[in-house]
Amino acid sequence: MKKLFLTALAFSLLIACGKKEKETEEYNPAADPSATETTATDPSSYDPKRGEGKFTTVELGAALDQAMATKGEEVSGVKCTSCHKMTDEKLVGPGWKGVTERRKPEWIMNFITNPDPMIDKDPEVQAQLEICLVRMPNQGLSDDDARHILEYMRKNDGVK
Amino acid sequence: MKNKFVKAIFAIALGSALFTSCKPKNSGDAVSGDAAQKAYVAPGKYDEFYNFVSGGFSGQLSVYGLPSGRLFRVIPVFSVDPEKGWGYSEETKPMLNTSNGFVPWDDLHHTEMSQTNGEVDGRWVFGNANNTPRIARIDLKTFKTAEIIELPNSGGNHSSPFITENTEYVVAGTRFSVPADYANGDVAINTYKENFKGHISFVKVGKEGEMDLAFQIVTPGVNFDLSHAGKGKSHGWFFFSCYNTEQANTLLEVNASQRDKDFIMAVNWKKAEEYIKAGKGKKQTVKYAHNKWNEKTHTATSEIKNEVLVLDAAALKDICYMIPCPKSPHGCDVDPTGEYIVGSGKLAALIPVFSFDKLMGAIKNKKFEGDYGGINVVKYEAALHGEVQKPGLGPLHTEFDGRGNAYTTFFVSSEVVKWDIKSLKVLDRVPTYYSVGHLCIPGGDSKKPFGKYLIAYNKITKDRYLPTGPELAQSAQIFDISGDKMELVLDFPTIGEPHYAQAAPADLIRNNGQLKFYKIADNNHPFVAKGEKEAKVTRKGNRVDVYMTSIRSHFAPDNIEGIKVGDEVYFHVTNLEQDWDVPHGFAIKGADNGELLIMPGETATLKWVPKKTGIWPMYCTDFCSALHQEMQGYVRVSPAGSSVPLSWSVGTNLPKATK
Repeated sequence: MKKLFLTALAFSLLIACGKKEKETEEYNPAADPSATETTATDPSSYDPKRGEGKFTTVELGAALDQAMATKGEEVSGVKCTSCHKMTDEKLVGPGWKGVTERRKPEWIMNFITNPDPMIDKDPEVQAQLEICLVRMPNQGLSDDDARHILEYMRKNDGVK
Repeated sequence: MKNKFVKAIFAIALGSALFTSCKPKNSGDAVSGDAAQKAYVAPGKYDEFYNFVSGGFSGQLSVYGLPSGRLFRVIPVFSVDPEKGWGYSEETKPMLNTSNGFVPWDDLHHTEMSQTNGEVDGRWVFGNANNTPRIARIDLKTFKTAEIIELPNSGGNHSSPFITENTEYVVAGTRFSVPADYANGDVAINTYKENFKGHISFVKVGKEGEMDLAFQIVTPGVNFDLSHAGKGKSHGWFFFSCYNTEQANTLLEVNASQRDKDFIMAVNWKKAEEYIKAGKGKKQTVKYAHNKWNEKTHTATSEIKNEVLVLDAAALKDICYMIPCPKSPHGCDVDPTGEYIVGSGKLAALIPVFSFDKLMGAIKNKKFEGDYGGINVVKYEAALHGEVQKPGLGPLHTEFDGRGNAYTTFFVSSEVVKWDIKSLKVLDRVPTYYSVGHLCIPGGDSKKPFGKYLIAYNKITKDRYLPTGPELAQSAQIFDISGDKMELVLDFPTIGEPHYAQAAPADLIRNNGQLKFYKIADNNHPFVAKGEKEAKVTRKGNRVDVYMTSIRSHFAPDNIEGIKVGDEVYFHVTNLEQDWDVPHGFAIKGADNGELLIMPGETATLKWVPKKTGIWPMYCTDFCSALHQEMQGYVRVSPAGSSVPLSWSVGTNLPKATK
């Protein structure tokens, strides 16, 4: 019991220290509220199914949204297909064929919008990095861009 | 034996005592024990201030952190910069255009930050070109030179670029008076007194920073040295120091030091505006370039303008007044209240401080001692608040801490002297190493100085750093001025010769909407390739346009054939990255040009005219990933008139590989 109390105390001290540090070192948190919402940094809390990022649940239609897929194809042409083929062949990064069957939609959306923390934590991404040796760049995708690309990936995987 | 030893020790001690006394400013003496702590910014921690330092004859602007003295960036302004492709890429070449054509170098002396209500606002830094007169505006969202305007009728744009308290105007006074561009300049040099004129330029600054040469004031031929705007009660006035009121044209170190007093010229610019409105300005035909950077097309344009409005100071009696100032005044600084104008004579052994209220009274009551070239000269005593007696030798520049103190640099006696503005009493002095010129306190020439640090910019650094051959780095020294005594905390080497500098709290700059990357969707460059599917090569006559993309870690296309000797090849490289700090470079063997350095989401163009047949490798110059070395490609160049068809590819051999 005492031990638990001490642990809790130590933990709260740790948080307090961390918080203070943040106030002095990070400037103007008010300007960007999302910047203060830090996700858990404890690797043990990482969910390899969902990944890490702002997306917790992604609703997919039973059928393909053709309009979204078309938009996704456009964005991919600018930001993705320099490095990814639509087949299962690796170019700079892995081919996209079958990705929507291997990964949850939340994982895909989180990874393509928030790649760096996931590259650091996700065991499967780390294994992939050993093959590709190039970290996937953050391409500054908007939430809509990411959703459209997901739909395009579904189309590529045969969703009608 | 013992005695001999003691004698030897005594001799050594005496010798070293003599030695140190011969060198009174031993570099160690000025540093106290906790100096390192005060300058130390731990790895990963940020500095408190940005310091924008003139690069002198390098033509560039450098950005340092305070108090660490760490160099963050060199921003190319007036000189070509191979590191960033500035002046080498087709898009940046127009920025260095002038009425004399492309000018690859200049001498950037002074920096000045934009102000709102007399306080630094973190939007822009301005810089002057001293040789081919120009003013540049550097955007602090992008840390890039956004605009350059040339100044006609000028030679040596030294007293520039100083700014009014709401950035209404940036001014520029000519160092060399010369015959006006609109007059016949083919005159004997010894007709200086008749034919040479001074022009000071008022450049209007728009809401987005855009500069426009609003008007010039023509004055008698003198050398304008520095200036500062009035503020608060003296808002609406500008003050320019001038020397060579002897109007000599040769051996100025003797011939321009004849008079006991030269002048500070006070200019009522609000009055000048009224005269312009009333049509008193005379349109003169001149020629000057105005260069602007477009953030959407990532391209500069240069426009040649042909006209300027000129007001005659001798004819319009209430725009300009001369205040006598001893001897060869250099610095001309206005305190945070706007009441005190500090003039510093390079050859003077005192510092005269003028009072704006007294100046206004003297003008009102016509306390004049005559005129100079048609401009009324105010009686010295009538405008004088008082003199700082025996402050040091060779006073140059003064900045303020906002607590009623002034800090003046002394070139000859190599020191910074702190004195009380009202009582004119000397409060403290510290040695500098050596021959200090300008100084900077963050916000020190504004209404609201951040009086924590003072940085002295030195011309000479003998014995200060490890030697590097005949030339040694110039340097800056940081003093903590938060206490009663100034305390040296750090010195650091600088680029070129640092002249003036400006500084602002870090948050003001990093909080102003800093650009992290260019959004590829907003890229309106005429030769952009938004994605590899748009990568292509086109030919029109002997002009070949390569629409190329780059991303970690390859170019598209990376094989190009069908280029011929003598073609004009334009590589338009679009960086497809959308992430902070991932530029890509581009270079090709044998190019008589620089490299490209392309920011994320940006397009830049390198012109290449192949002179020989063969295979020409190209590669990325900025380390971008583990496979950076693999980011390369080949261009095949065939003889002029060859029938090799134009082809390009990435990942596939085109034309089809033969075994």
